[in-house]
Amino acid sequence: MNAIELNNLDISYGDTKVVHGINLAIAEGESFALVGESGSGKSTILRAIAGLAPDWTGAISIMGKPRSHGVDHRVSRQVQMVFQDPYGSLHPRKTIDAALTEPLAIHGIGNRGERVEAMLTAVGLDQRFRFRFPHQLSGGQRQRVAIARALMLEPKVMLLDEPTSALDVSVQAEILNLLKRLRREQGLTFLLVTHNLPVVSFLCDRLAVMKQGRVVEIADVAQLKAGDLKQPYSRELLAATEGG
Amino acid sequence: MTAPLLTVENLRVSFPTHSGRVEVVKGLSFTLGRERLGIVGESGSGKSMTGRSILKLIRKPGLVTADKLNFEGIDILDQNEKQMRAIRGARISMVMQDPKFSLNPVMTVGEQIAEALVTHQKLPRRDVQARIIEMLHAVRINDPERVARLYPHEVSGGMGQRIMIAMMLIPEPELLIADEPTSALDVSVQAQVLDIIDELVRNKGMGLILISHDLNLVSRYCDRILVMNAGHVVEECAAGQLANAQHPYTRGLLAAMPVINETRDELPVLDRTQWAGT
Repeated sequence: MNAIELNNLDISYGDTKVVHGINLAIAEGESFALVGESGSGKSTILRAIAGLAPDWTGAISIMGKPRSHGVDHRVSRQVQMVFQDPYGSLHPRKTIDAALTEPLAIHGIGNRGERVEAMLTAVGLDQRFRFRFPHQLSGGQRQRVAIARALMLEPKVMLLDEPTSALDVSVQAEILNLLKRLRREQGLTFLLVTHNLPVVSFLCDRLAVMKQGRVVEIADVAQLKAGDLKQPYSRELLAATEGG
Repeated sequence: MTAPLLTVENLRVSFPTHSGRVEVVKGLSFTLGRERLGIVGESGSGKSMTGRSILKLIRKPGLVTADKLNFEGIDILDQNEKQMRAIRGARISMVMQDPKFSLNPVMTVGEQIAEALVTHQKLPRRDVQARIIEMLHAVRINDPERVARLYPHEVSGGMGQRIMIAMMLIPEPELLIADEPTSALDVSVQAQVLDIIDELVRNKGMGLILISHDLNLVSRYCDRILVMNAGHVVEECAAGQLANAQHPYTRGLLAAMPVINETRDELPVLDRTQWAGT
C-alpha cells in the first residue's frame, strides 16, 4: 500500500496557483525527499497533505484513503508535520509537558504522563526537561521536542519541512541520526523537504526535484550519489551543492 | 608581503550577566593582509562578535578590549563615534546575513545605494547615477536602470543580497566583512553571490573576512581559515589544508557533515564535553 498518493494535485493560494499537476506515490516505510529552490512549491505540498493549505484540486490519499480538505482528526492520527524553525513552532508560554500532552488530550488518549516520559526518552531528552519552557532549551533540544510532539499520536507518516536547516552542523548530525533511528524503530514513512542534497543522500531512498511548482525529475538516491541526474535543472542543483 | 591591513591582538568581548561578565571572545589574535580570511564556527562561538568589534559596533553594556586593534595605522578602539562614521562604509564595510532586514523598506534601491556613496564623497548627481548603474551591473543585475527604481520588497532574496553588496562596495572600502552573506539564500543562488564577492574583492585588491558556519563554503572562497569554538581560535590553517585539520573540534565538524555520496549509517556527533563549550 502507498502511504501517500498524490494525483494530479494543483494547489493555490488565493488566485495564484503555486503547484501544478503533481503525481507522486510514496510507499509505506519509504523515505522520500522533495528538493528545489525557494518558491518551487515543495513546502506547499506538505502543507496541503497536513491540511494547512486547503485550496487544492485533484486527489490526496493517505494510507489508501482519500483525504478531505481542511483539518481532519483521522488524518492527524496518521500524518504529523515537523517544521523548519524550532524557535517558532513551539508555544513560548507552554511547558514541554503541556506541548506534548496537548495532542493526547485532543484525541482523548489516556495514560498521558507515561507516554510523555517514554517519548522524551525516545528522542534522547532527559526527563528534567519535561517541565521547562522552550526558551530554556537550545535549538537542537527544541527540534527534538518538535519531533516528539509530532510522534505523540504514533503517526505512520512524518512530514518534515527542512527539519535541520536552522541548526548548527554538529546539531544537524544529531537530529539526522535521531530521525533515521526513529524511522527504523517505528517503521515511519518520511516525506522530507530540503534544499540540502547531502541530507537527502543520508536520509532518503528517493527524491523529486521541483521547479516552479512542477516536478521535473524523480530519481533514486543511488542516482544522486552517482551524480546521474537526467534533467539539466537537477544537474544544476547538484553542481551548486558540490561547488562546481 | 606588504604591511597588514588589519592587526588584532588579544581581542576580548564580554557582556554582563546576572552571574558576572561573560566573555564571548577570549583573546583572539590575527593579522589580515589584502587576502581572504574565513572565520568558521558554530552559533555562540564568537565569530560574529569578532566581525562586529572590528567595526566597533558592539554597544554598551558589551565591552571590547584588545592589546591592539589596528586598521591601516588607525587604532580603532581610540576612535570616537564621529571618527568611526568616517571609517564605517568608506574604508571597512559589512554585508549582513539577511537582505530582508538590512535594506530600508521605504527607500528605492537606487536611493539607498546613492546614500551609501554620497555620505562619504561629494559627487555631481549625474556621476552618482552613473556609478550606481555601473555598480549594479558589476553585481550582475540585468536591467540596472529598472532595478534602481524598485523597492526592496519587489526584489528576490538573491537580488536583495546583491544590492547589499553593491551598496557596501560602492564607496570602495579596503576591507569587507561578510557575516553569513548567503545563509538566507538558496543553494543555487549562494554560489552566484559568493562568486560576485570573490571577483570584486580580487579585482579591487581588497581584504575580505568571510564569517560563516559552513566549512566547505569557506574553504572554497578563502585563502586562510580560522576555526573558532567558544570564543577561542582552535585552529588556523590554509584553506587547501582543511582536510588535514588537526584539532578534534575541526575534525568533528568536518565529519558531522553528510556528503553527497553518503555511505555512513550514522553520522559522528561531537562530544561537547571535550572542549567545555556551550
